[in-house]
Amino acid sequence: MRREGSPWQGLGVVTLKELSDHLVSARMRVLEWLVVLTALAAVYGAIQQIRDVTAEDPFLFLRLFTTAREPLPSFVAFLGFLVPLMAIGLGFDAVNGEHNRRTLSRILSQPIYRDALLFGKFLAGLGIIAISLVCLWLLVIGLGLIMLGVPPGAEEMARALIFLLVTIAYAGVWLALAMLFSVVFRSAATAALGTLGLWLFLSVIWPALAPAMAQAFVSPEHQATLIITAQMLARLSPSTLFGECVLALLDPTTRTLGPVYLSQLQGAVMGTPLPLWDSVMVAWPQIVGLVAASILLFVGGYVAFQRQEVRA
Amino acid sequence: MSDMVIEAKGLTKRYGAGYAVSGVTFDVSAGEIFGLLGPNGAGKTTTILMLLGLSDISAGQARVFGYDPMRNPLAVKRLVGYLPDSVGFYDNISAVDNLHYTGRLMGLDATERAKRIADALARVGLSAVADKKVGTFSRGMRQRLGLAEIVMKQARVAILDEPTNGLDPQASAELLDLIRSLKEQGVSILLSSHLLDRVQSVCDRLALFNAGRIVLMGTVSELGRQVLGGGYAVEVEADGGNGIAQRLLALPGVRGVEQPGPGRFRMTCGSDLRGEAAAAVVAAGGRLKQLSLDHPSLETIYTRYFQNTREIPHAA
Repeated sequence: MRREGSPWQGLGVVTLKELSDHLVSARMRVLEWLVVLTALAAVYGAIQQIRDVTAEDPFLFLRLFTTAREPLPSFVAFLGFLVPLMAIGLGFDAVNGEHNRRTLSRILSQPIYRDALLFGKFLAGLGIIAISLVCLWLLVIGLGLIMLGVPPGAEEMARALIFLLVTIAYAGVWLALAMLFSVVFRSAATAALGTLGLWLFLSVIWPALAPAMAQAFVSPEHQATLIITAQMLARLSPSTLFGECVLALLDPTTRTLGPVYLSQLQGAVMGTPLPLWDSVMVAWPQIVGLVAASILLFVGGYVAFQRQEVRA
Repeated sequence: MSDMVIEAKGLTKRYGAGYAVSGVTFDVSAGEIFGLLGPNGAGKTTTILMLLGLSDISAGQARVFGYDPMRNPLAVKRLVGYLPDSVGFYDNISAVDNLHYTGRLMGLDATERAKRIADALARVGLSAVADKKVGTFSRGMRQRLGLAEIVMKQARVAILDEPTNGLDPQASAELLDLIRSLKEQGVSILLSSHLLDRVQSVCDRLALFNAGRIVLMGTVSELGRQVLGGGYAVEVEADGGNGIAQRLLALPGVRGVEQPGPGRFRMTCGSDLRGEAAAAVVAAGGRLKQLSLDHPSLETIYTRYFQNTREIPHAA
């Protein structure tokens, strides 16, 4: 049955309300400081490391993001870990929180569709993450300018910018997952635990499990098939996709993310950087995968929310 | 379009194999207070949610101001104010900010909103705490804030789900006064409750729900006639005199006379026989002390109804 009226009505209002809620919430403070402090520590470590081993490197600035100095991991490794945490922190009580405060039916009795409420919450969460990441990104670049004293080239900036966008898409996956759980589970604590559990499983356990599972399906004689299967399985985890994107974007010498056949290397000069657009093409399937995963998870949450009964 | 504000025809809600509401038909006309009455789980809230378009209708149809809540929920929700059972607000922001948020969702511009919010809060007596966080509000204050939202919306029909549930007697009396004043402004009201005396005091008509069906509908006295077998009960209290009971029984139209106590008579009759009863007492030489027509209370009707039909919900 076709319904009349725009599903977007009230979207802006909901988004602004959620944005302002997030901006003043204590939870947001904690997450911001956590991200900023750890990331800055990682960048500081990277800068020390780069200074020590400075060589002629045309992409010195990108090293800011990828270089690790013991015992700290690199900036991107930190982001890969903390961005999901932040997204889950913002999304796990999006819908069940309204249920538990008993505000849901009152809000939905205003002239808006449920679409506006759910999408507004998603946009606000993603907006907050985007704002934080842009600030962090600028901080890192500023710190790099001051402490390295080398201005970044245009291509480095372009790569860093695309990396920023990919990170936001990566956050979108976890935000959509957290919101799906917030629709499915009536208790916020269950939703938070469920999302965190899935995150740990996908980020830590799954990449280690994938090769073992591949061995179960493919006989060890087919080396190439085995590796490709393991990689395909591992790519079901958004963390793997994000890691591969980062590798292709921030390390211009990356030519491929899968196994390479000798024929493909014909005419290639090892160790030479790829042009920007070629690097993006290398990571393109992964980028599309991340965006598609966010959309799929959001649609899952959307369908569940539409079918849900409003009453407490 | 008729002057019916809400029309429900054969409204049905299925959950799996069971029915939450089955074949409910009623209408609410302009400016009336209509009560949905029944035990918890009888389908009152589900009916309300279907009228608002917040729950899908399995069968039957609903019209609110002629709009179909399934097809055009935004138009319905623009005209209807809804106060859910134990309404919630955002505790971390003030009463005014809570109303601003819903005002924005209603599409009111800033100046209009500010004016309507101030008026609405004054109307429900919350002006003094307008800038306090809702987290500090008592339950009664939250319910009044919920009514303020309906006032701000300038809704033409207010749907109130268990508005006095969990309130102390004074708070619920205040709330009922507010509901009556809404009615005086021409707002039609649909309210659900299981608190009988409260419903009786405000409702023009009501529908008695049981196990997802409307089993009785009408004014309180109509219900009384249906359930209690009809007729009038006249209570007479008199001193002295001889054979008052016989004289009362001899009056035309009297079906029976009981004597609940010394000097007290209770006669059941087909019409209001107070005048004749007074004359009879005086003629018997008695001194009439009190004479009253006994209105059937909703509580009596309700209790009697469920006594008579105790087996039905289990058998169904």
